[in-house]
Amino acid sequence: MMPGRTVLTAKHFMNGDEACAEGALAAGCRFFAGYPITPSTEIAEHLARRLPEVNGVFIQMEDELASMAAILGASAAGSRSMTATSGPGLSLMMENIGLGVMLELPCVVVDVQRGSPSTGLPTMAGQADVMQARWGTHGDHEIAAYAPWSPQEMFDLTVLSFNVADRYRLPVLLMSDEVVGHMVEKVVIPPAEQIQYWERKRPTSPPGSRFDPFRADDEDLVPPIVHAGEGYRIHYTGLTHNEHGYPDMSAETHNRLVTRLVEKVRRNADQIIRTEGYYLDDARIVVVSFGCTARSARRAVREARQLNIPVGLLRLISLWPFPEHIVRDLAQRVDDFIVAEMNLGQMSREVERVARREVKGVHHAGGAMISPEPILEAIVESAKVYSA
Amino acid sequence: MTQATFTDSHPLDQIIRSDRMPHIWCPGCGIGIVMHCYAQAILEYSLPAEKHVVVSGIGCSGRVAGYMNIDSYHTTHGRAIPFALGIKLTKPELMVTVFSGDGDLAAIGGNHLIHAARRNVDIKVICVNNFNYGMTGGQVGPTTPKGAFGTTAPYGNPEQPFNLPYLLAAVGANFVSRWTAMHVRQVKEDILYSFSKPGFTFIEVLAPCPVGFGKSNDIEDGLEEMELYRQRSVLVCDGDVRAEGLVIDLREEKPIYVGRFIDRDLAVYMPVKLETVE
Repeated sequence: MMPGRTVLTAKHFMNGDEACAEGALAAGCRFFAGYPITPSTEIAEHLARRLPEVNGVFIQMEDELASMAAILGASAAGSRSMTATSGPGLSLMMENIGLGVMLELPCVVVDVQRGSPSTGLPTMAGQADVMQARWGTHGDHEIAAYAPWSPQEMFDLTVLSFNVADRYRLPVLLMSDEVVGHMVEKVVIPPAEQIQYWERKRPTSPPGSRFDPFRADDEDLVPPIVHAGEGYRIHYTGLTHNEHGYPDMSAETHNRLVTRLVEKVRRNADQIIRTEGYYLDDARIVVVSFGCTARSARRAVREARQLNIPVGLLRLISLWPFPEHIVRDLAQRVDDFIVAEMNLGQMSREVERVARREVKGVHHAGGAMISPEPILEAIVESAKVYSA
Repeated sequence: MTQATFTDSHPLDQIIRSDRMPHIWCPGCGIGIVMHCYAQAILEYSLPAEKHVVVSGIGCSGRVAGYMNIDSYHTTHGRAIPFALGIKLTKPELMVTVFSGDGDLAAIGGNHLIHAARRNVDIKVICVNNFNYGMTGGQVGPTTPKGAFGTTAPYGNPEQPFNLPYLLAAVGANFVSRWTAMHVRQVKEDILYSFSKPGFTFIEVLAPCPVGFGKSNDIEDGLEEMELYRQRSVLVCDGDVRAEGLVIDLREEKPIYVGRFIDRDLAVYMPVKLETVE
């Protein structure tokens, strides 16, 4: 058997999970560790077949705790690495996502969300892991998370997730959902040379000289990364550590470290955040949505426009960091926010926090896609209030 | 009268982060002895120190990663083995050793221990077994002898302990041995041997923990526990890992069986590689 091609440049008809797997390969991912869980399993199945074709490593681990630890280890040795799961598995991964934040090890964690909490609705969609993505691991931290709304974006945002992970030394979450994961659509995989590749920042001094692996001298607050086996004799610890990487049990060092880890993301938020607007220029009402629900929201907004309602859609392509300045700017000039999401108000809460006003939620606990009708109804209701 | 002499360096300075000394371990603790054996084995082995990686979990033994002057990773509680697996499969040319304690490896990390041994992945595990959770102050763990006391077993431990060599032999490790912190030469020799042995290797080293385990179980200090090891250790050469004989109970006049129990060549885990056909 010939080694397979890494980038399957062509127009494809494939589901979101497979597109995610191909996105990972195109991005240079050569290590996947995972545990089967619906509705993400196709990602593991696809990579089990494809990774050996490109001399990559696929391993099915004993659980999600191990999967997450293994991809951090692979990342520490220099590989682009990924795992994929759904809510119950994401809960188990939280422990080592925190380690990834603390050790600043780039990796990508895919969550194909299903109905939750607990075992919930294994085969049906949900979007209720949004706040777990943000706050699931303990302690102050910032995280990056993307929410694809199509198989095409499963490909594109997987590539972006790897780039953001490497550029900012972060675990990045791809927060998909069962609808997008299992939806089959056209996916265009571009030529390899058109796929962006953001390099990890690497040390400039050779091994042997004094080197502080956690000193971030650059304005972006990202320290250059050193991999296992490169001769620097580096120490990584989940304990609070100083710039040299050594444990330092002092309040001052702790505050300096955690503040930098948080500031690293906040300062670079504009480079991480992705949003898309429809009809926002003259909008008086804004629907905020993401993932599969944004597809219904776009339909509802189009129909409302036909009713001459000045409504627009803000689609959150990135969930975290939250696009605060965009929502704040909109809040200056629009009358009303409607947040449509397949949970009972997680992102509504965030929009309220930033817009500093009450928003209307079109919420459902999950299990079926929110259809355009309730979103349209909410738009019409809002239009009545604000045109009166 | 003999004059004390002072020296600025130690032969292991190149392998141990002397700028991190003094270490956190209590007087009488056995972990430092085992770390010394590990450092000595690295010095003596043919691979340059730059190609050695140590991964630890959490606990007193987990601090070893922070003291070794090689690429070192102090990870989360119980997850050292899967983290190490990620490194090893990415860079197979590295010698990846997991150095951790019995609670970290056999309790919270027990599932990873079993599965890594089942896969027979090429990772070297050094497990310091001090029969309790030392860092948190002497709680019972999965290796605490039945009836022994701990801060969470004030009436005596009601549970059966793990027989770790028996477990590791059953699931498929290529090399399993047990020694005590008194057996410095054997520990060093076995670590050295494990470096040259492909597959999953497991070396259990019984170690005194006078502050955690000893205080609750009438073992006055580290020296007394070492004396118990000296008196009771019985070398086993026939690879017998039957559960009955290997259960340790320091409070009874029973032998402590030590030695190399398993040394075999089962197939070592390799990620799937597709052969290129012209």
